[in-house]
Amino acid sequence: MSRVKTLQSLFKRYRRPGDIVFAWILLGVAAVLLSQITGQTASKRGAKLFAQPWFWPAVSLTGMTVFAAFHLLGSLLSERLEGRWKEVWLWISSLEYAAWFIAYAAIVPYAGYLPSTLIFAVLLTLRAGYRSAGALLAAAASAVVITLLFKAFLQVKLPGGRIYEALPDGLRQIMLTYF
Amino acid sequence: MENLLAGAEMLARWDVIIALLVGSIGGVIIGAIPGVGPAVAIAILLPATFSLDPIVGLTMLLGIYGSSMYGGAIPAVLINTPGTAVNALTSYDGYPMTERGEAHRAVSLAYSASFWGGIFGILCLILLSPVLALIAPMFGSREIFLAALLGIILVILAHRGQIFAAGLLATFGIFLQTVGLDAVTYTQRYTFGLSFLSSGINLIVVVLGLFALSQAFFLLTAPDSSPDAKPVKGRMSAGLKELLSHKRVATVASGFGVLLGMIPGTGEFTAQFMSYTYAQKTSKTPEAFGKGSPEGLVASEAANNAVPAAAMIPLLALGIPGEALTAMMLSVFYVHNVIPGPQLFQNNIDLVYGLYLALILLNVIVMVFLLFSTNLLTRIIRIPTRFLGVMILTLSFVGVYSLRNSLTDCMIAAGFGVFGLILKRLNLPIVPIILGMVLGGIMEVKLRSAMPRLKTPLDMIDRPVSFIIFVIILLVLALHVRTLIREFRAHQPEEDHDIHDSQMR
Repeated sequence: MSRVKTLQSLFKRYRRPGDIVFAWILLGVAAVLLSQITGQTASKRGAKLFAQPWFWPAVSLTGMTVFAAFHLLGSLLSERLEGRWKEVWLWISSLEYAAWFIAYAAIVPYAGYLPSTLIFAVLLTLRAGYRSAGALLAAAASAVVITLLFKAFLQVKLPGGRIYEALPDGLRQIMLTYF
Repeated sequence: MENLLAGAEMLARWDVIIALLVGSIGGVIIGAIPGVGPAVAIAILLPATFSLDPIVGLTMLLGIYGSSMYGGAIPAVLINTPGTAVNALTSYDGYPMTERGEAHRAVSLAYSASFWGGIFGILCLILLSPVLALIAPMFGSREIFLAALLGIILVILAHRGQIFAAGLLATFGIFLQTVGLDAVTYTQRYTFGLSFLSSGINLIVVVLGLFALSQAFFLLTAPDSSPDAKPVKGRMSAGLKELLSHKRVATVASGFGVLLGMIPGTGEFTAQFMSYTYAQKTSKTPEAFGKGSPEGLVASEAANNAVPAAAMIPLLALGIPGEALTAMMLSVFYVHNVIPGPQLFQNNIDLVYGLYLALILLNVIVMVFLLFSTNLLTRIIRIPTRFLGVMILTLSFVGVYSLRNSLTDCMIAAGFGVFGLILKRLNLPIVPIILGMVLGGIMEVKLRSAMPRLKTPLDMIDRPVSFIIFVIILLVLALHVRTLIREFRAHQPEEDHDIHDSQMR
């Protein structure tokens, strides 16, 4: 019995709630990807094993599957942690912020960098729970500084907004170049 | 000597000086804010530096890399929260000193030890350069392949207690870099018929997602908090004098930093732990460690600051990054068509010396800046965490979108952001994915180019350097198995630690 116990302790890790869900998902993903090896990679006639296009995907996916299986085994042999589904819900709820980010990226080519950044920073500050005028002002000011720093000063490649086309001639040029 | 002068000439430009100032002072500030580490800052700034000259872009990023740990010591000492990952051990002794009312002493000692470590690291780098220039050409394809393999093995084994997870994530990284069109056979690999996957998964998009976006999501989904650091009174230069009474510990710790910084996959953590253990074992008052021992503080800060310079050694000489930050810097080199590796020392030696001098300068700039501005930084630390999340998200957009103006990149980065958040919540490491991607790419290319010269597998190790690396790989594996057996016999479960938590910032 004690021997089994020590073997178990060898696989035991200090985990956080939700670890087992992660372990199952990753094992599933690794196994599914590995099962696609013949369809998703080509094989070259006459080429040596190491030069085959499928060699590295096969090595990495086999490694992933084996490590994922041991990771899961470690999880299964460790004590159950409470709060698993609460944790998974937190992962899912983070998708909201991913959507905010993608929406921001989607509107920049239309609304322009400065207006989109201003709107995004202020709205997200509100969403994060800040209501004071100070916080909102700080968000707006940071948005302007970020725009000036990256677009006007560092001249980072960002598209000019379609909305700028409606501006009068001189102003349009300035907005397209610097904001 | 003439190489040094050529390097100095390279730095004597107003744009390089500004980049150095912005990088080093910005690095201290970023390091001082818990929740934003150098990885987040470098990831965001990376695409912005592509339009700059190589030396300008590199000095800026180097500035952030080399100076963030100085700033990270401030919250570690004052509020028991390390500003960057590698200041974790600093808080063990720094915070108890603050509780005893010795905050000023602890902070100034931390700065002085950091400076000592930083300069020691650079001096070693400069002294080692002629040797490197001699050894580097001995590294052919098979040697670089084996060194990269050693890096992967070490990064997995360095995550004690999480080896399966680290292995899983490192192999995931290797897999990610294989996705897309195979450069030699022009065949599709794991593209599932999706055109955007044909060009592969961009490393910078992954880095931004895993480091920057995930940190924003992490801060936004957690309850808001605003760290409160009290101002420090007294002259900051006092620590320099006290450091001289701990010069043995500081020098040995810096030595550990240099040694482990050079080995891919190990880095600041291992260096810190080893030098801390050394300091404790050789101390006259080992019982004071963890309760506010100045020696412990010196050991940890000197060790971690010696690492950046040493980490440049495998990067510059062999093109092999040892950890996430140097992996990011590697992409800056590639973008500017400067290929780190044996040829760099022959063709661009002025750039190499320019970087060395930049490292020295940044340590001096940071030290002077900190002597006068510590209390300003204690105010910056108070930025509420969720607001910080909003700012990181806003800044990340510039990083991702400016690469190729692609919405798909933003979606992929957001996906990796969520994945990074899950890893952070689970206390699993992110670094193996990035190193897997970079080292996996190097291994694939180098193994292929070594192939034509290999008749039997044994030819892989028939040259002295490749044989030595192979023996080191075997030794590392054997030592690991020995430790496992010992632990198995001793029935000692490892202590829970949050160390990998902080590694991801």
